[in-house]
Amino acid sequence: MTMLGDRQQLAYIAAQAADARVNVELETEGMTLNIGPQHPATHGTLRIIARLDGEQVVWAEPSAGYMHRGYEKLTEVRTYPQVTALVNRIDWLGSFANEVPFILAAEKLMGVEAPARAQHIRTILFELSRIANVSLFLGDLGVQLGAVTPVFFAFRDREYVLNLIEAATGGRFHPNFDRIGGLKDDLPAGFIDETRMVMKKLRTFCDQIEDLLFGNEIFQSRTRGIGVIPKDVALQYGLSGANLRASGVDWDLRRDQELPMAWNKADWKVWTHPDGDSFARCWVRLQEVRESTKIVDQLLDTIPSGPVMAKVPKIIKVPEGEAWVSTENPLGEMGYYVVSQGDQGPFRVKIRSASFNNISIVPWLLKGVYVPDIITILASLYFILGDIDR
Amino acid sequence: MGLVDRGRLPKPLTSLFNLGRSYSLWVYQWGLACCAIEMGAAFGSPRYDVMRLGVIPLPASPRQADLVVISGTVTDKMAPAIKRLYEQMPEPKYVISMGSCANCGGPYWDSYSVTKGVDQIIPVDVYVPGCPPRPEALLEGIVLLQQRIKNEDMGARWRGEGTKPMNVVDGESAEKGGVPVVVN
Repeated sequence: MTMLGDRQQLAYIAAQAADARVNVELETEGMTLNIGPQHPATHGTLRIIARLDGEQVVWAEPSAGYMHRGYEKLTEVRTYPQVTALVNRIDWLGSFANEVPFILAAEKLMGVEAPARAQHIRTILFELSRIANVSLFLGDLGVQLGAVTPVFFAFRDREYVLNLIEAATGGRFHPNFDRIGGLKDDLPAGFIDETRMVMKKLRTFCDQIEDLLFGNEIFQSRTRGIGVIPKDVALQYGLSGANLRASGVDWDLRRDQELPMAWNKADWKVWTHPDGDSFARCWVRLQEVRESTKIVDQLLDTIPSGPVMAKVPKIIKVPEGEAWVSTENPLGEMGYYVVSQGDQGPFRVKIRSASFNNISIVPWLLKGVYVPDIITILASLYFILGDIDR
Repeated sequence: MGLVDRGRLPKPLTSLFNLGRSYSLWVYQWGLACCAIEMGAAFGSPRYDVMRLGVIPLPASPRQADLVVISGTVTDKMAPAIKRLYEQMPEPKYVISMGSCANCGGPYWDSYSVTKGVDQIIPVDVYVPGCPPRPEALLEGIVLLQQRIKNEDMGARWRGEGTKPMNVVDGESAEKGGVPVVVN
């Protein structure tokens, strides 16, 4: 026993006492369960502190910050081209999608617009990174619910998409390809045919996952009716992306927003699901991969010719002003509020990342669920730690 | 174990032990950031398949592991947990530091919350550079580590002596037939 003045020790004793008081009628003993910070179900280093009564969660809270790298402060000492290299690493599964809103915000401040060809290629790479991101989710989902096979399928087919991104950008994981005013380079020879073939493979992958997982009775009984988020609660907590669409809200920034991108040139559908449970969230994501392959296929047919880079000065100085741009990233709404004072680097950047808002619902959602369902709910909410902590 | 401690093991027996140890590495995956996904691709995907090198990526706890791969950004908040789990691993234990962040801080070299290199808290055997390194680079790092284990003086290792870090892109060790220099 340490000194009573030790505040941590006091907090610990208080927590233990609170545990012991839980459910006095049944005379069960409370317990505090730490999930993480190193746990496979947390996609990294999220720590969930759950107070249990037997098998049921009484109180739960996520403890974030184990992956906090100080992005917003670092952007203040970097120039604009350096910031794109940095923001790649926020949501590391869909790296290219992180660059786009920042570049769009900087372009908005400068009054520059990328040429049509660059906008097209940006959209294609954006959707490819969405496929790379969500296909890994579909595989990982199986592992967390006790099915090992899907993850091998996911890693197999994800490699094809990564090879495409590598062929176009030179970076397998972190492309750093987007520039203010366009793209670094044009597409390589043979990219279009190769992409078509891969998209066909990805659609087969989606069918396989649907057969393996979504049609599986065990999977359905573990996800249906688990972690239900009603429509109004989802809106109140500021959820975005597939988590919101699975609660029946028809909301997609790719469609609802006028951006210099090429989504409106393709014919695709925003999928929603009325249930709002874990199954719905997974199902919406599966449909999203299919829609993304469709978008890529259509955009490949209509790439306009022309340059990929607008005329911008060699040393980029962004004029004074403030701009906010957000896009529909694989995890939800991701936006940058860029404040510029006319220097080579931003004065201040506020990053709104999707996962941070998505896990804010965890304390509400985990109340009263059973311990195995924690894993299901966390898996179906789908967050990435870099996106939470930044 | 007394013989091993004092370095009195007969040489053929040492080589046999080392051969066995190098091809049955139980690796504990410490996935932290982007590199964790590349580590997962190396360990879990059919294309890279680390098990053909005699590495088993599935220990249930660090107490069963011989090797830990620190992959990703180590923050000051995470550092105590890494230290604690490293101390739970039984000797002899090995550490691979994967990626620029774990090596030296990487792109967050001037961040206020990032530990500039995991070698500040635990000793590292092999550094794998890259941001993130490709899965092949991690496999190369594991092969280098296996070569080191094969040429190791077990007694020195048990006593915790004679560890010198290696680098995957270290040209010098590659020139000597790929065999890393053994200290002591």
